[in-house]
Amino acid sequence: MDIRETSLPGIGVRYDLSTRAGGRLAVVVRRDGRYELGVYDDPRDEDLCRTVLALQDDEADALAGILGAPRILDALQELQALGGLQTEQLRLNAGSPYAGRTLGDTQARTRTGVSIVAIVREGTSIASPTPATDLVEDDVLVVVGTPDGVRDLRALLRDG
Amino acid sequence: MHAARLLVELGATLLVLSFVATQARRVGLSPIPLYLLAGLAFGSGGLVALDASADFIRTGADLGVVLLLFSLGLEYSGAELVAGLRRHAPDGVLDLLLNATPGAVAALLLGWGATGALVLAGVTAVSSSGIVAQVLTDLGRLANRETPVVLSLLVLEDVAMAAYLPVLTTVLSGIDVAGGALRVGLALAAVALILIAAVRYTGRLSTIVGGERTSDDVLVMRTLGLVLLVAGLAQQLQASAAVGAFLVGVAISGPIVQRAGDLISPLRDVFAAVFFVFFGLQLDPATIPGVVLPATALASVSLLSKVASGWLAARRAGVGRAGRRRAGVALVPRGEFSIVIAGLAVASGLPARLGALAATYVLLLACAGPVLARFIGVPRARTSSGNDNAPRP
Repeated sequence: MDIRETSLPGIGVRYDLSTRAGGRLAVVVRRDGRYELGVYDDPRDEDLCRTVLALQDDEADALAGILGAPRILDALQELQALGGLQTEQLRLNAGSPYAGRTLGDTQARTRTGVSIVAIVREGTSIASPTPATDLVEDDVLVVVGTPDGVRDLRALLRDG
Repeated sequence: MHAARLLVELGATLLVLSFVATQARRVGLSPIPLYLLAGLAFGSGGLVALDASADFIRTGADLGVVLLLFSLGLEYSGAELVAGLRRHAPDGVLDLLLNATPGAVAALLLGWGATGALVLAGVTAVSSSGIVAQVLTDLGRLANRETPVVLSLLVLEDVAMAAYLPVLTTVLSGIDVAGGALRVGLALAAVALILIAAVRYTGRLSTIVGGERTSDDVLVMRTLGLVLLVAGLAQQLQASAAVGAFLVGVAISGPIVQRAGDLISPLRDVFAAVFFVFFGLQLDPATIPGVVLPATALASVSLLSKVASGWLAARRAGVGRAGRRRAGVALVPRGEFSIVIAGLAVASGLPARLGALAATYVLLLACAGPVLARFIGVPRARTSSGNDNAPRP
């Protein structure tokens, strides 16, 4: 697939995607952590995005999770090969303040920079959980991040 | 007694400005023109006179310019500047030629000589990066295909300013041609050196400001200290404090700097407002009616020339007709840079009418630009939804 990257000086980066069905989509990644999705959907003006969706950080996370589920394993292997990042399994012990709450409540990515890519519960795994996914005692979180970030997340899950 | 008066005046000024800014936001306008009007109302011959706080406001205005330009520089990385120069240099040159000419010609016609021509050329040439970026964001145009063209032109104009301001300060200081040429050469060499360092050593320069564990207060003081120090040194070298601050902003980047920028932005907003007010303060409201006509004429001509340069640049980038119109109109607003230039001119003793003209000019285009952008190059409301899924030709 053809993805083109265009710099938006002072704002961020825009990625253009063309689908096989002939649709064209723009993803603007803003430097201030927000995102915009635009669709070039004007039949008379091919430079114009009529439909523009602004996404906050957590909304973009959720969307990426939905779209990215099948790609997680590939991504994990790639990340490990990159170096500097580690994957780890963190257990949600009894007494964690987040047992019984949602993944979004932990704000793990914002606070530690670590991504939670899957949750293993009673032998089954929930691939790419969303911020709305519930956390239950004894869940095992599969996480990716820098060694420092993973250490911070471990403390966050234990102490809140 | 004096301290009490000072505090009361400052407090009242800030309250008025906060009110003005709220009203501007409500109707989707930049607050800059309203700050200028507030300054006019406060100044000599205006409605209320500020005496006790004049010195403070003068210093605040200096800080405002420095912080404004620093955060503008922060928006760009050295790599973006280089890429912009490489890809869009012809567009940038054309843009500057087209839009500097109306100002220069107007100054000559009004009898302000070569120095006045240099000043007004700068005033009309540069769009307001702040207003333009805000308008594009507000109107949801960031994803449009003409937007990179618009943003690249803004970058090039800002880089051009880094070369222009040292020349301007030297000319305004009135030294003779030989000494002036030497100083300009030195100043430009300094600017070039800092730019090269900014592009090559961004990472290392950024660590000066702090690391991930630096606390907020230390980060703010260190960033502010660095910016003011470099700005002051640049001023010493006749390269203008504004350019020094801009280059510091370009030189540092990364997540820490993003944080530093966020921490400094409230400070910048306050002092930038003070700067615009100060410029208004220096003007005598009685001079405004006399310049309305030439300012309107100049605004109309340079509105068209700006639309033309945006149109041409977008066409070169392969953007369609409607997109070219959008690109052209988006670039129309003039703002902070024009006032910075006019401020330097007025401070060094150029005719007060020139300042009044520049202020009126910015008032017109800072208001007209965002309004025009809303309506031009936008398709009429959909009349049918039937053909929306039709295949593209």
